Amino acid sequence: MSTATDNRRKAPAGERVADWADGRLGIYSLAKANMRKIFPDHWSFMLGEVALYSFIIIILTGVYLTLFFVPSMAEVEYHGAYVPMQGVRMSEAYASTLDINFDVRGGLLIRQIHHWAALIFLASMFVHMMRVFFTGAFRKPREINWLFGFLLFVLGMFTGFTGYSLPDDLLSGTGVRFMEGAILSVPIVGTYMAMFLFGGEFPGHDVIPRFFAAHVLLLPGIMLGLLVAHLILVFYHKHTQFPGPGKTNKNVVGMPLLPVYMAKAGGFFFLVFGVIAVLSALFTINPIWALGPYRADQVSTGAQPDWYMGFSEGLIRAMPAWEFVLPGGYTLNLGVAIPLVVVFPLVLTVIAVYPFIESWVTGDKREHHILDRPRNAPTRTAIGAAWISWYLVMLLGGGNDIFAIHFDMSINAVTWFVRIAFFAVPVLVFIVTKRICLGLQRRDRDKVLHGREAGIIKRLPHGEFVEVHEPLSQEQLYTLTQHEQPKPLETGPEVDENGVRRKVPRTQKLRARLSRGWYGEGTQIPKATPEEFKEIQSGHGHH
Amino acid sequence: MSQTGSNKDVSQESLPSEQATAHDGAVTTADNPFADPGLPPHQHRVQDIDERAAKRSERTIALLFVVSMLATIGFIASYVIFPIDKIVYVFPFGHVSALNFALGLTLGVALFCIGAGAVHWARTLMSDVEVADDRHPIAAEPEVKAKVLADFRQGAAESGFGRRKLIRNTMFGAMAMVPLSGVVLLRDLGPLPEDKLRHTLWGKGKLLVNQNTNEPLRPEDIPVGSLTFAKPDGLADDDHDFQKEIAKAALMIVRIEPEDIKDKRELDWSHEGIVAYSRICTHVGCPVTLYEQSTHHVLCPCHQSTFDLSDGARVIFGPAGHPLPQLRIGVNEDGYLEALGDFAEPVGPSFWERG
Repeated sequence: MSTATDNRRKAPAGERVADWADGRLGIYSLAKANMRKIFPDHWSFMLGEVALYSFIIIILTGVYLTLFFVPSMAEVEYHGAYVPMQGVRMSEAYASTLDINFDVRGGLLIRQIHHWAALIFLASMFVHMMRVFFTGAFRKPREINWLFGFLLFVLGMFTGFTGYSLPDDLLSGTGVRFMEGAILSVPIVGTYMAMFLFGGEFPGHDVIPRFFAAHVLLLPGIMLGLLVAHLILVFYHKHTQFPGPGKTNKNVVGMPLLPVYMAKAGGFFFLVFGVIAVLSALFTINPIWALGPYRADQVSTGAQPDWYMGFSEGLIRAMPAWEFVLPGGYTLNLGVAIPLVVVFPLVLTVIAVYPFIESWVTGDKREHHILDRPRNAPTRTAIGAAWISWYLVMLLGGGNDIFAIHFDMSINAVTWFVRIAFFAVPVLVFIVTKRICLGLQRRDRDKVLHGREAGIIKRLPHGEFVEVHEPLSQEQLYTLTQHEQPKPLETGPEVDENGVRRKVPRTQKLRARLSRGWYGEGTQIPKATPEEFKEIQSGHGHH
Repeated sequence: MSQTGSNKDVSQESLPSEQATAHDGAVTTADNPFADPGLPPHQHRVQDIDERAAKRSERTIALLFVVSMLATIGFIASYVIFPIDKIVYVFPFGHVSALNFALGLTLGVALFCIGAGAVHWARTLMSDVEVADDRHPIAAEPEVKAKVLADFRQGAAESGFGRRKLIRNTMFGAMAMVPLSGVVLLRDLGPLPEDKLRHTLWGKGKLLVNQNTNEPLRPEDIPVGSLTFAKPDGLADDDHDFQKEIAKAALMIVRIEPEDIKDKRELDWSHEGIVAYSRICTHVGCPVTLYEQSTHHVLCPCHQSTFDLSDGARVIFGPAGHPLPQLRIGVNEDGYLEALGDFAEPVGPSFWERG
C-alpha cells in the first residue's frame, strides 16, 4: 500500500484510479461478482430494458422542460409566437408550454420526445409485466421484485396523468375535472379530499403547482428508488432462463456482462432513444396548441386520456348510473365510485398479490429459475389472457364515441356491447386460451413421440402415401419434456386412522378446489414418457 | 421447503422438493431418451473463421459511428439554419415544422447509429460462446441463521426491550403520535367544504348574459331550436375567480314550445318556453355541449350522458346519476331575462353530502 516501496513499477493510470476507488469503495470485490455476470439471451428480456431506457429518456428531457415550464395558474394574456392564440387569456402554465413549442428552438422536439417516451415507458412496462406473468418469472424468489415492478407501473400511470395535466390545455383540464368528479364520489370524505387537493373549489389556483411537485419530484423520486431496487434484485437473483439443453434450475447460461451485455444493453439504449427521436420528428403527439387553454365551460368532442388511462375511462362510461340517496340525506354515487374507487384499486391489488395467490393455491414454495412455457401452465396463461381481454374491452369502452362515429354505429349499442363484454369476454377468452394451451401440449406430445412432420410425402410399394416424420434431436426432446406436471393438492382423507371425522378448515377446502382448477383433470395433457417413446421407436412403421 | 402450521392438512407430496430437471439423474440417452444432453457445442460465426468477414464487420461498425457523427453535425447545422417558424411540406406527413423535423431526424440517426454500431459489434465480433454460471441458494445456511438469531436475542436482551415494558410502550406511543403533527399540517391544503358546492353566482335578479357577446339576453334573442350559453351578469373573463365561478354557473338556454314541455315544474320555471339548465354534467362535471333540436336532447361529449331538456333534463342514457339542475327564470321590467334565485340543488357531480 505504501508508495515508497512500490516505486519500481508504476501501474497504468486506469488501474491507479481503480486502486484509489477500491481503497474507499471496495470496487474490486463488487466487480469480481458482477463484471462477468452471465445474462441469458431472449428477445423478450429486452422489454424491461425498453422500460428502463425510456425512463432515463423521460428524466433527461423532463429536466430540460422544467427549465422553461412555469407551473402557475396565474392568468396572463398570450403574446408569444403562436398567432392563433394572440391575446387569449390563459394560465402561465399553458402560456409557457406554448413558448416551449413555438419560441424555444428544439423545445417542441424535447416535449414530443418526453411524451412519446412516457407512452412507450408505460407500454413497455405493461408488456414486460405480461412476459413475466406468462412465463412464471414472478415465482419465488422474485415475488418482491414483481411488487416493485407493479408499483413502478402504478406510479408510472399517476406520473403520466399528473404530467399531461400540467400544460393546462383544454383536453388535460377536462381530465382533471373528471378526476375531481371521481374524488367527489368517494363516500363521506370525498368533498374534503377534493377541497384539499384543489385548495378549494375546482379548479382553483393550486392544482397545477401541486401536480408539478408530484410530477417532477415526489413520484419520480419514489420511482427512481424502486427502479434501483428492481435492478439490484435482478442482479442478485440472476436472470431467469427459458428451458433448454444444459439449462438447469441451478445454473444460468448466457453471455457475460462485460463485454457482450455492456455493448448490447448500452447500444440498445441508443436504439430506443433514436427511435423515439425519429418518432417525435414524424408524428405529433398531444398538440396542446390545437384546442386552446382550459376553461371550465368548454370541452371538445372525442376527448380521450392517454392510452394507459383509457381503461378507467371505459369503466366509467360503461357503468350504469347508480346513484342513491340514503336516509339522512347522504348521496351514494355508485355510478362513479364503483368503477374508480372500488374496481380500479381491487384490480390493482389482485395484480400485486397474484404471485402469492398462485403459490398458495399450488402449494409451491420452491425457487424457480427456469421459465414456464406459457402452454405448460394453461390455467395461469388463461387467467392472463382473460385479464388482457378484459382490459382491452375497457379500452374499447373508453373510446365508445370514437367507435360509434368511425363505424357509424349507435353509441348506445356500443356501450351495451361493452357492458356485456365486460363479463362475457374474459370468460370466453379464459376457456379458449386454456383449450389452445392444451392443444399445443398435445402437439408437443405428438412431436416428441412421432417426430416432426418433414413435409416429404413418400409412396409405399403397395401404393399408400405417407408423410415422413423426422425424429427430434436430443435437445428438442429434452426441451419439450423437461417441465413438471404437478398433481393438485388434496385435503387428505375425511376420516383419520381412528375412524374419527377430521375437521378440514374451509380455507383448505377452497385451496384444494382451486388447486384442482390449476393442476387437476383437464388442465394438462400428460407429457410423453420415456417408456411410450421407446415403445413407439421400437415398433417401426405402425404409424 | 418450509411449512407453516396451517398448511399441515394439505399434503404437499405432489411436488418434488426441487423444480423440474426431472431427468437430472439420467446418465445415458439409452436409459432415458429425454435426458438433458447439456449445452450444445458452440457454432462458429463467419467472423470467427474468416478474418475478411471480421474486417467487413469492423468497417460496417465504424461506418455507423461515422454516420452518427455526421448526424450530430447535421443537428447543430439544422439548429442554426432553420428558423423556428418555418413550415415545410413533407410527404406523407403533411405540413411540419422544418426545425422540429430536421432536429428530430438528425438526433434520431445520431443516436440510432451508435446503438446499431454497438449491437453489431457485440453480435459479430465479441465472443458469442455461451457460459454457464452456478446459482447459489438465496436462503442462508442453518449455522448462519442460528448465529443471526442468537445475535438478535443477545441484542434484544441487552436493550431490555422486552423486560422494560414501560419504556417500550411509551416509546410506541410517542412514535405513533409524532406523525400526527404532519397530518395536522395538511389542514391548510384547502378550506372545508361547508356549503360551497351548494351555491353558485346565480341569485334573484341576476341577468342572463350571453357568453359570446357579453350582452344581457332578452326572450326574443332565443329562437326555437337554438342553444345559447349564458353566464351571470357581473362575471368577467378576467375575474380572479372566473374559472371557479363559471365551473358552477355555466348555463344553457333553449326555447321549447310550451306544449312540448312534459315536466310541470320545468314549465313553471320557464319563461314562454325558454328554459335554463346548468351546463355542468351531473356525472363528473364536463360542460354539456351537444344539442339535438328535434328531440331537445343534450349530450355530454365526455361520457355521453344524455338528458331530455323537454322533460326536466331527465337522464335518458349514460352514466349520469341525476337530471341537470334547472334555473328558475323570468323577465325583469326592462325586458331582460333574469334568474329568480340560485339553483335549487347543487350543480355538477354528486357528492356524499348532496342529499
